[in-house]
Amino acid sequence: MIFVTLLVLVMLASAISACVFRDLLNALIASCLVSLIASILFYFLQAPDVAMAEAAIGAALTTAIFIIAIRRTKRYEEDEKNN
Amino acid sequence: MRRIISILLLGIVALGIILTLVKIPFGVSKTKVGKYYIDKGVEETGVTNIVTSVVVNYRGFDTLGEVTVLFIAALGLGAVLSTRKKKVKRKVEPASLILYTGCRFLFPLILLFGVYIFIHGHLTPGGGFQGGAIVASAFLLIYLGSRERRIGERGTKAIESLGGLIFVVVGLAGLVISGYFLRNFLPKGIPNLLFSGGIIPIIYIAIGFKVGSELAGIIDNLGGAVSRLS
Repeated sequence: MIFVTLLVLVMLASAISACVFRDLLNALIASCLVSLIASILFYFLQAPDVAMAEAAIGAALTTAIFIIAIRRTKRYEEDEKNN
Repeated sequence: MRRIISILLLGIVALGIILTLVKIPFGVSKTKVGKYYIDKGVEETGVTNIVTSVVVNYRGFDTLGEVTVLFIAALGLGAVLSTRKKKVKRKVEPASLILYTGCRFLFPLILLFGVYIFIHGHLTPGGGFQGGAIVASAFLLIYLGSRERRIGERGTKAIESLGGLIFVVVGLAGLVISGYFLRNFLPKGIPNLLFSGGIIPIIYIAIGFKVGSELAGIIDNLGGAVSRLS
């Protein structure tokens, strides 16, 4: 139970930091962490099927596709005033 | 001012969601259909993984639609990116020795794990979609490790189409033999054995190949576009 609480807290922290980070690569790694912890939580909630799909698609493939997209575009987020 | 209004609106939405969620009893089954699947699923389909029996047998037609959505997404991505493709062969920078060796070591293991997941989809957790995604992540590793190697576009398209075709043909065979689409017309066998469950393992293996080749093709399309343009 303490472990699950810790996981949820880390998940919340990484979700917030994914919104806050200006470096999009760091934000992407943080959102990957959200997916990974979500898959662990799915496993604890006795849904191993969903956990597998979440780990493979949410953590691995989505991150890879976003990394490719970041390589094509810009790595750092700009201020809103500049636009 | 704008910030205050947006916070206020968010608060109203959150209040609505909380008031709705409080009304729903958590952990109590409200429908009888879930209980029916748990009680009768193994007996009716011969499949020990109830999730698979729902996905492929009870709700098989929905799965066909889901697979079609994925197919159209991969097709659309290929069509959009193929207009940007140039036939120029560029020299790509090779990966470092550590990355190359690690990828070469891990690739067969991940591939084997993915195939295991979708072959045993009717016995253990997992199935075609999960196994296919794991297979695709193995191909992502190949793409990271040895960059000059490419996945054959024609091969992935052929496997993808063959997987979809097997799904539809097995469904139509059920229609011809026993009267309705995706009817489980093969003998169900003894539960917990690899050869059990009638058409369910066949369909799930077809879905595994289809999803794996589709996602690998998507990665190849996107990554190929990057290495050609950057």
